[in-house]
Amino acid sequence: MIARINPFSALQDLGRRRFLVGTGATLSAAAVALMAGRPALAAGQGSKDDNLETDVRILNTALGAELEAIAAYAVGAGSGLLQKPVLDLAVQFQGHHKEHAEVLAKTIRNLGGTPVEARERYQFPTDGLKTQNDVLGFAAGLERGAVSAYLGAVPLFRGRELASAAASILGDEAMHWAILRQALGQDPVPTAFMS
Amino acid sequence: MKHRSATAVLVLAAFVSLPAGAIAPGDPVRGEAIYARCQACHALGYDRTGPKHCGLFGRRAGGVPGFRYSPAMAQADVVWDANTLDRFLANPTGMMPGTAMGYAGIADRQERADLIAWLRQASASPIECPP
Repeated sequence: MIARINPFSALQDLGRRRFLVGTGATLSAAAVALMAGRPALAAGQGSKDDNLETDVRILNTALGAELEAIAAYAVGAGSGLLQKPVLDLAVQFQGHHKEHAEVLAKTIRNLGGTPVEARERYQFPTDGLKTQNDVLGFAAGLERGAVSAYLGAVPLFRGRELASAAASILGDEAMHWAILRQALGQDPVPTAFMS
Repeated sequence: MKHRSATAVLVLAAFVSLPAGAIAPGDPVRGEAIYARCQACHALGYDRTGPKHCGLFGRRAGGVPGFRYSPAMAQADVVWDANTLDRFLANPTGMMPGTAMGYAGIADRQERADLIAWLRQASASPIECPP
């Protein structure tokens, strides 16, 4: 049995452990420190706020890509080109991306940020999707790119918990990529390392 | 012995043809494979999480009409060419703090040269990027 986990569960109370960022009614901790006449503390807190903003920005980019992936799988599943059991795989992978998006959005809110929303319309190269393999190849390209995107994001997170959680999603994207390649009749794991 | 001498000449020739620290000219074939890393967010012909790459060379940073850039990118005083792309791809957030491209970068100079060589070709391709 595979246990379902939430990789961001360690961050559930992040809002309580970290200060909020952004504008509006919530004052940043740096502002509070400045108002209390403690500029040294404010300077240090300013750096923390910058870190938080950086993390929120990275998470929002990831969320935007996840939302696009959800839409892409919807196009693939609704194309009429996918046959079972490949169709079931596409729906399952779309479900994973929905879970990723949900937890990313929640984490962004916990950090005091505003999650990006799905676009009204996405553009996909649908003219080039004529067969099941075309759809699988398109999806495999997105998943392969997602692996690299998370791989490139992990070292940038200022919060180590976030890096760990993003790596958990990276693992899922890599499995998607491998299985899609297998379905295409390609070597599912062509290299020992990803970049 | 002859074989050993020939090998020595070849090794010497390799050093003579490439100065220390230099990299080979970018190979667009290898660059296309490297572009696979970008395809979570980018495409040549249409905007995604990141902007399209058609027309990249000579375009001002933040210059794709209708694309919602980060303020950092929108306000950057940068025109994309081989040099600026090399700097950005090496360390996107280092060159442009605040960019939405939350990606650590491509550390390998040769890989960057290959990717830029492919981008130069592909972003001007009349098939991928019709006028």
